[in-house]
Amino acid sequence: MSGNPIEVAVRVQGLSKNFGTVQAVRNVNFSVSPGDIFGLVGPDGAGKTTIMRMLAGVLSPDAGSIAVDGVDVSANPEQAKLRLSYMPQRFGLYEDLTVAENIFFYGELFSVPRTERIARSKELLEAAGLQAFRRRLAGQLSGGMKQKLGLICALIHTPQVLLLDEPTTGVDPVSRRDFWAILYDLRERGVAIVLSTAYMDEAERCTRLALLHTGEIRLCDTPARIKEAMPGTLLAISSAHPRFLREIIAGKPGVLGTLLMGDRIHVRVDDPARRIPELQILLADQGVGIADIVRAEPGIEDVFVALLGQGNKS
Amino acid sequence: MNIRRVFAMAFKETLQVWRDPRSLAIALLMPVMQMVMLGYGVSLDIKHVPLCVYDQENSQESRAIVERFTAPGWFSISQTLVSEADLRNAMDRGECSMAIVIPVDFSRTLATTGSAPIQAIFDATDVNTTNIALGYAQGTVAQANAQTSAQWKAAHGVHPSPVGQVDVEPSTWFNETLDSRNFIIPGVVAVILALVGAQLTSLTISREWERGTMEQLISTPVTALEVMLGKLMPYFLIGLLDAAFCLVSAVYWFDVPFRGSLGTLFVTTVLFLIVVLGIGYLISVRIRSQLGASQIALLVTMLPTTLLSGYTFPIEQMPAPIQAITLIVYPRYYVTILRAIFLKGSSLPDLWAPLLGLFIFALIIIWLATRAFHKRLD
Repeated sequence: MSGNPIEVAVRVQGLSKNFGTVQAVRNVNFSVSPGDIFGLVGPDGAGKTTIMRMLAGVLSPDAGSIAVDGVDVSANPEQAKLRLSYMPQRFGLYEDLTVAENIFFYGELFSVPRTERIARSKELLEAAGLQAFRRRLAGQLSGGMKQKLGLICALIHTPQVLLLDEPTTGVDPVSRRDFWAILYDLRERGVAIVLSTAYMDEAERCTRLALLHTGEIRLCDTPARIKEAMPGTLLAISSAHPRFLREIIAGKPGVLGTLLMGDRIHVRVDDPARRIPELQILLADQGVGIADIVRAEPGIEDVFVALLGQGNKS
Repeated sequence: MNIRRVFAMAFKETLQVWRDPRSLAIALLMPVMQMVMLGYGVSLDIKHVPLCVYDQENSQESRAIVERFTAPGWFSISQTLVSEADLRNAMDRGECSMAIVIPVDFSRTLATTGSAPIQAIFDATDVNTTNIALGYAQGTVAQANAQTSAQWKAAHGVHPSPVGQVDVEPSTWFNETLDSRNFIIPGVVAVILALVGAQLTSLTISREWERGTMEQLISTPVTALEVMLGKLMPYFLIGLLDAAFCLVSAVYWFDVPFRGSLGTLFVTTVLFLIVVLGIGYLISVRIRSQLGASQIALLVTMLPTTLLSGYTFPIEQMPAPIQAITLIVYPRYYVTILRAIFLKGSSLPDLWAPLLGLFIFALIIIWLATRAFHKRLD
């Protein structure tokens, strides 16, 4: 990680936002350093988009403050906006303008010098694999290409902070890989990236994560330490009938939670040394036969479910 | 304010209008269609009003009077009557809108006193036509009077008695051919610009909301003022283009005389365009769908402009409360201005009153417009 670790690119303090009687965001605090990829993770309705919009200065908070590179977003919105780039969840570029025209337009809005704009747009178009589509109308691009174009327009100036709201939703794997390659490159240049995602695999690629639920941050740390914070030990049991297995195991003594993971289930237990033999006996009694029970590395999803759903909900 | 961002907005908006068939149709097709429809469709001239003649005398003099009515083509004789009862029947059956009755002693009275009455009867069920026909009839009689009076003076050395007879001197100023088209076409130009201008800009902000491009736009450092100026710039040029088209076709196609200066025309048109485009922009900021915004813009501009701007229905003839309302119907000022420039050749100082009206409107609109748009989602 480059830069001074004390330096803060984004500082959020006591952020709250209500829509009518719904508390969309409640007393959220976090800070993002240059070179961080900070992930806001949570289910739909957790408040991810509302937080991103307030960071971008397009929605005003009811309480709390946001500083981007030391500039208060509410007090000096235009100054703050010069330092950040925002990619909304819904494609926000002009579909009736070509790729090149969109890039030109956003370059001009950020007053990027002409030579710099040309050089950067060439570089970014190549990195995104979009050189051949410069003259195509943005509306005629595929979903993945649209998102990459969004990223190019966001990066045509040099932002200190990049805000991406669910940037890879509906994006094919190849485009997603291109996308992340660009993000890692930016990270090395010291750009602070804040992204929201509902994809757990994507969450694992972040340097720091905030787990959001009903507008509150439940946990905020590096992915590794978040995993350590999971109560209990995770076991994986493979089976041809994972649903059936789960029904048998859920709620048994020492079982803290279960989670379906395709052809296996994740079982969270308090004491593996004692519970593994117990589970094997239980499964044998139910006629499932001897199952292979192994310890598993928890993923972010396991932690999430452990923290939020007590493991019993699907 | 950053001029580069203003031009970037203008550039983007121009491309969007150019590629949007609907905006393009409003910008280029609507003025042409309206010019044709309103220019040809609306005429206050009436021709060949059916006329019944009950000539009780049937002398040379009485026939000369009837001839005066029919000669210019305003009236056509539909029936020649022979009794009072016929007259009543013809009126009842709607066979004539007007009847003239010439008394049996017409020529004799005229010869002895120098003046003789004739009676004109109107079917006033169509008030509008009646008013116009009445005007024509009065003009015709006045001309006849003048001639008779002159002949009498030549023969007797004095004007005919009764002394103090009002000498009607018909004279029509500024529109000598009495062609209502000359009067209406400048008004049509004002109406078209009022409608087209508001339609054009009503789409500009609502389009961003509807297509979901607003959120990213307002996350950039562009200011609300830069957005407004940049967005209005292309529509202003389109508005000038439309104005030029309408004015040129008024002069060269509809043959309306142009007596004023181009400079006066330009200055007043610019002022009017500011008001008109500003109205559309204000609507666009409020309504977040394009269809909704354009409907509201049509509603706000269409009825007041066609009914209360004075372009067909003279404001002076409206009841006082309606006249008061027309003060806020901004196209009325431009209708007045255009007519004066076209037909009277008025210059800016002559037009101070309607100019002041437009100017106050422009100030209010600018004041509102600069405050209307906020770079916020909520």
